[in-house]
Amino acid sequence: MNNLSSRHLKGRLLLAAGVIAVSISLLSLVALLLDSLLDGLPYLNWGFLTSYPSRFPDQAGILPALFGTIWVVGLTALFSFPLGIFAALYLEEYAPKNWLTDLIHLNIANLAGVPSIVYGLLGLGLFVEALAIGRVILAGALTMTLLILPVIIITARESIRSVPKEYREGAFALGATRWQVASQIVLPEAFPGILTGTILALSRAIGEAAPMIAIAALAYVRFTPTSPFDRFTVIPIQIYNWINMPRVEFRELAAAGIIVLLVVLLVMNSVAIFIRNKYQKRGVS
Amino acid sequence: MKNRAGEKKRAQKIRESLIEKALFASAALSVLTTLGILGIFLFEAFGFFKEVSIIEFLTGTLWTPLFEPKHFGILPLVAGTLMVTIISIAVAVPIGLLTAIFLSEYASDRLRRLVKPVLEVLAGIPTVVYGYFALTYVTPILQQMFPQMIVFNALSAGLVMGIMIIPMVSSLSEDAMVAVPNSLREGAYALGSQKHEVALKIVLPSALSGIIASIILAISRAVGETMIVSIAAGSTPKLTLNPLESIQTMTGYITQISLGEAPFGSIEYNTIFAVGLTLFVMVVIINTLGNWLTKKYWRSY
Repeated sequence: MNNLSSRHLKGRLLLAAGVIAVSISLLSLVALLLDSLLDGLPYLNWGFLTSYPSRFPDQAGILPALFGTIWVVGLTALFSFPLGIFAALYLEEYAPKNWLTDLIHLNIANLAGVPSIVYGLLGLGLFVEALAIGRVILAGALTMTLLILPVIIITARESIRSVPKEYREGAFALGATRWQVASQIVLPEAFPGILTGTILALSRAIGEAAPMIAIAALAYVRFTPTSPFDRFTVIPIQIYNWINMPRVEFRELAAAGIIVLLVVLLVMNSVAIFIRNKYQKRGVS
Repeated sequence: MKNRAGEKKRAQKIRESLIEKALFASAALSVLTTLGILGIFLFEAFGFFKEVSIIEFLTGTLWTPLFEPKHFGILPLVAGTLMVTIISIAVAVPIGLLTAIFLSEYASDRLRRLVKPVLEVLAGIPTVVYGYFALTYVTPILQQMFPQMIVFNALSAGLVMGIMIIPMVSSLSEDAMVAVPNSLREGAYALGSQKHEVALKIVLPSALSGIIASIILAISRAVGETMIVSIAAGSTPKLTLNPLESIQTMTGYITQISLGEAPFGSIEYNTIFAVGLTLFVMVVIINTLGNWLTKKYWRSY
């Protein structure tokens, strides 16, 4: 150790570096939000939300993409929520300790780290081509389900694990079957946590552009989809589409689309946090 | 009477076992997903490797599948991916680690409760938004610094991707640092260490396995990131070391071809699966390496 004042100086340098590092993140976030807000706000009005894409920037809107996103996310929720709960219940309440269970554990953890574009190609090869569903909403939702399922299972397992063991033992002692314990004791206790995790996973799905591009490509959708077998586009693809157009007005439309996307995400995250806070207090006792 | 009770019990038993099978099927779906990825990718890539030799694919230095003369060497795409990844890691690791040290060793509870949600927001923003930010905000600033730089370039995409993965490095590393027991810190203080010495010489090495895991995860995320590079890095596959040039990554190529709806069975269609398979294998190797390193350096307290 050299003299004391140089050690003090090093300490101050580390603290300063830490403050700078945190500030970079904060300032980046502010710049990112302001960049989109300032570019997009002039285009954001009721007409933008209720119009179809157009060659003329001031008439273009996001309606088909908005509907596409609602369809895809709605179906994804319908598929992934029960599947995620079932898988998590099996792994926590039923699974025997053997190689197959270990394989499933390892596999789910690894799947959560696979890039989303790989899921897009899986969906393209499996649902669109092999099963001949076509480049339609259903194929998009099935792909999205596979993409977010690992995340839902992981968070659902954590909620299930946090249910005290005594609850289960009490019910078993009264003669309840495994399914009765799982469905009537464990699930109600773990439900808010599972719901929060699912909403957060779905909000990730809403923002995903890459896998949806693999499925839907650059469909020029001039109608609002009315069935799962319609072709579609989603908000992130529409934004990407506008960014790629040469005229600067379309970039500003992209920014308006970004604002819509961020507002949707903000609402979903607020709901998730609300559910978490509401039920957390009760869980403490 | 006894018979009816027995029947009821038997029915319940059947129901229980059916339910268990259904639950098991849901859990096994994940394994099927992996097999599906492997099966589909190998099948489609097989069509590709019938026409192009694996040697040419893995060692060729020209990637021109869309125009004559066609060349199918993936190295330019791999090089583009690596360049953007290196830039983003060079941004995210120092900033993320300093953030983690600051939050776990220096910040007050109140400040931590303020900063962490902001980082979570940063992690939750869709990548297409980061792409827009790179193209319309960061690139013009960089162009003022490097006037010869063109609009689509690796540097801008890499920098913004780095910002995107800061939260991944910082939150996992911070978790690892917070888990270091206070007795270690107190021991060091008792020997006359100062705060920064405790942070850098005690906490950092003790949390090493978590820190390595976070960096590996960040690398794997950067390699697979798609929208930022599709928007801001350009679409010219090229072997270059100059980050100011337009390049193309593996993910960027997949997006470019996907947008055009290449017909099933065409060579373009098969290329995206060959490139996707390469990407998948790379990510699996990185993740496995991460798990192995984490285990190797794992210390439990």
